[in-house]
Amino acid sequence: MTTRFFGAPVKRNEDRKLLTGQALFIDDVELPGMLHVAFLRSQVAHARIKRIDVSGALQRPGVVAVYTANDLGAYWQHGPLLVPPPPIPGTVFNARTQVPLAKDKIRHVGEPLAVIVAESRYIAEDALDDIEVDLDILPTVVDIEAALTAASTRVHDDLDSNVSAHVHQSKGDYRKAAAQAHLILKRRFRYEHGISSPIETRGVVAQWNARADQMTIWDTTQAPVFVRNGLAAMLGLGERQVRVIAPFVGGGFGPKIMMFYPEEVALPWISMRLNRPVKWIEDRLEHFFSTTHERGQIHDAEIALAADGRILGIKDVFLHDGGAYDPYGLTVPINSQCTLLGPYAVPAYDSAFTAVFTNLPIVTPYRGAGRQHGVFVMERLLDLAAHALKIDPAEIRRRNLIPSDAFPYKNEIIYQDFQPLEYDSGNYEPVLDKALELIGYDHFIRVEQPRLRAEGRCAGIAVACYVEGTGIGPYEGAKVQIQSNGKVSVATGIGTQGQGHFTSFAQIVADELGVDVSDVDIVTGDTDQFYWGAGTFASRGAVVAGTAVSEASRAVRKKVLKLAGDAFECSEEDLVLADGKVAITGIPEKFIWLGDLARRANPMRGAVVPGTEPGLESTQYFGPPKGTTANGVHAAIVEVDPRTFDLKVLKYVVVHDCGTVINPMILAGQIHGGVAQGIGNAFYEKLSFDEQGQLLNASLADYLLPTALEVPRMELDHTVTPSPLNPLGIKGAGEAGAIPVGPLFAQAIEDALDLKRREVELLEIPLSPSRLFELTRKARNI
Amino acid sequence: MQPDRHDIELSVNGTRYRRPVESRMLLSDFLRHELLLAGTHVGCEHGVCGACTILLDGAPIRSCLMLAVQADGHELSTVEGLAGDDGELHPVQRAMHDHHGLQCGYCTPGILMTMTAYLKQNPQPSEHEVREALSGNLCRCTGYQNIVDAMLAAAQALRAAAP
Repeated sequence: MTTRFFGAPVKRNEDRKLLTGQALFIDDVELPGMLHVAFLRSQVAHARIKRIDVSGALQRPGVVAVYTANDLGAYWQHGPLLVPPPPIPGTVFNARTQVPLAKDKIRHVGEPLAVIVAESRYIAEDALDDIEVDLDILPTVVDIEAALTAASTRVHDDLDSNVSAHVHQSKGDYRKAAAQAHLILKRRFRYEHGISSPIETRGVVAQWNARADQMTIWDTTQAPVFVRNGLAAMLGLGERQVRVIAPFVGGGFGPKIMMFYPEEVALPWISMRLNRPVKWIEDRLEHFFSTTHERGQIHDAEIALAADGRILGIKDVFLHDGGAYDPYGLTVPINSQCTLLGPYAVPAYDSAFTAVFTNLPIVTPYRGAGRQHGVFVMERLLDLAAHALKIDPAEIRRRNLIPSDAFPYKNEIIYQDFQPLEYDSGNYEPVLDKALELIGYDHFIRVEQPRLRAEGRCAGIAVACYVEGTGIGPYEGAKVQIQSNGKVSVATGIGTQGQGHFTSFAQIVADELGVDVSDVDIVTGDTDQFYWGAGTFASRGAVVAGTAVSEASRAVRKKVLKLAGDAFECSEEDLVLADGKVAITGIPEKFIWLGDLARRANPMRGAVVPGTEPGLESTQYFGPPKGTTANGVHAAIVEVDPRTFDLKVLKYVVVHDCGTVINPMILAGQIHGGVAQGIGNAFYEKLSFDEQGQLLNASLADYLLPTALEVPRMELDHTVTPSPLNPLGIKGAGEAGAIPVGPLFAQAIEDALDLKRREVELLEIPLSPSRLFELTRKARNI
Repeated sequence: MQPDRHDIELSVNGTRYRRPVESRMLLSDFLRHELLLAGTHVGCEHGVCGACTILLDGAPIRSCLMLAVQADGHELSTVEGLAGDDGELHPVQRAMHDHHGLQCGYCTPGILMTMTAYLKQNPQPSEHEVREALSGNLCRCTGYQNIVDAMLAAAQALRAAAP
């Protein structure tokens, strides 16, 4: 295989459609006779339902039907447990999953109570006001510490506490490590992650075709195959009777993989019942309450250190806000627990967490998926240690990096993919070196910072490291087929939400089959085009589906060479695949177009020989034994206005190692976008709940997504340590940009405002100008 | 409530349309679901995200904050009208492609409409001016950097093509 396209910054195949307004997004699906759906959602966080009277709504002209939980009959079921808890001895896990429409009890604001079907969305929303709801309001569980007291109200009446899960994992002997320590530092850390808020909200369109006994569902999901399998079972249909299409999806970032959302369950059932197509598009207000969040954890963590700054051990006990239900199992807190260890050699680790039910929206993974929380704790502990031991913050990190000859490096504890956490490969020190060089670390500290300080300007520098588990199983597959027009069609089961799969997968195919990238058509997210798969999550698309695409292309290449070799009566070694044709080496005029070869492989006369198949086609699967670990270092210089606490990023550097790179342009875009979300998380975005579980800032005017003025220019660089776990050497990169920004900002702001000397420690995220004002107002002024 | 209907007549991308509309219908819904010009996207329906930006008599407006009846008699431009009849991309579209200025592409139509109007008004913007002009359009995928680069390149291309 030549590598003309693999590794090159090939421009994207999918752009033209998106740039000209011709891409199909969920709300662009228009079907004859389509009805529109609005959900009546709870305005309160915790209540018993006494009565829901929908008779008024049914009277309104244009309303076709109104349903509550009781109307669903046996179809009303708790959702499945999407990810069961990993096999960690002693684990407590209380599975309490969400329901399609609340029955008896409401557990968070925004939980749907009734669904209205009408001739237009306008009428459906009018009719929401016609429904009468009678509730017994209950005390609300919002604070995760108070939730665990004996006096707390319980979110789930059948449990004797609000504990959703408890997990303890350890490696080495922390007590022994602590006994030998030169220094032990202990702090409490709070880290809140926010809402993913893609610019396209969620939506579902369902069309039951009674004549064909077929259900078609368009869904803004990241996992169409799982959605099909689950809905087929719920609806009493065979999987072949249900087609799920994830069309162009306007950003996912994790929450669009949650299942099943109540709307995904309700819409197909309504369509069957009414024998009409139905559409529901989430509005932005609904998105804040009914799409899943990530949110907060409180860590009580301590680090045991040798005098030279080497980590002897870490102990961490943390609480995790899981929200009202826990359908996603333990993925988020397990990621926090495992990712805390980062690129450092930590001989002893003792970590326990308790996941807590609250009367808040459900928590599921959002880009980073709990990794941020762990990285924040570790990086802040190292900053505190550096200060206490008078070691430079970059130097203390260097001293603790896992050496390059220690891979595969076993961290022993169990990761989210149920496998023991093992770093497959890595070379961490060059990544740190590059980042320090690019940011101009020494020069800033020696020259720039004193100069700026002399001018009265508050500028600070920071560096933060992380390791990210990516590319986990179970598996993905791909079907590659050469068509008789010479174009190559590729289908895979994952969904796509802007990651550039239409291009990066095409690059892999184009090199194998000697065609242009623009001659490869990729289909993702249509279960009729590709039956098997899992989905787009955990930075796994390129690693797992990309490898399947590669394997299938190679199998097709073999078929091409065999068939052409037979046709030319020559050895396969004498053939060259390029420019859409197969030619004999050295005799370029002797060639056959791939399209013609595809026709020959499907003969109208003459048999397909036993043991062979018609067509130039292959379907292959790839399941990695375990996840592959990428790593990186971010560095930044920020300036803070000491009066307004307004923050400006003067320089931002990312150096990253995600193994072999398919398309550096697409990779850079993923990093840029991740950093932007990290910056939002670190300094702008905060979900502000009151004591009643009401979200006080549920609009984009109040919940601040970073704009082009807040996100700085970023300088990127890469090192390449190929993964041994897949033949292409790829590691995932989708979440990397978002992970270390919180601790980076905390460290840089502390340095900028000289907070160490003023005895102020920034031990929480998100920060903001007003929070910095609060934290520093009582500080010792120098 | 009995819906009250009005006949409106307007032009979108040079094509004239006459339609009866309910007075409360949003212009964004009218374009998307009545005229089936679904390239204009809706992200927040409260005027913050900018995805639904179109041009009304050449000026960028948020179609989610306007009623269809208010557009009666006006000339509208949407993303569907940006490329030439021969499919040739507008320099701003071309620059977005060249600089990887889009990922999921959902915010893209609003950004294209905002920035084509802006670059007419300010043909030689600085990077900071581009960022200010872009700051009314939210993008959750790209971190804006490649969009900024695309707009600086588009400005240059437009200047080079100007008579």
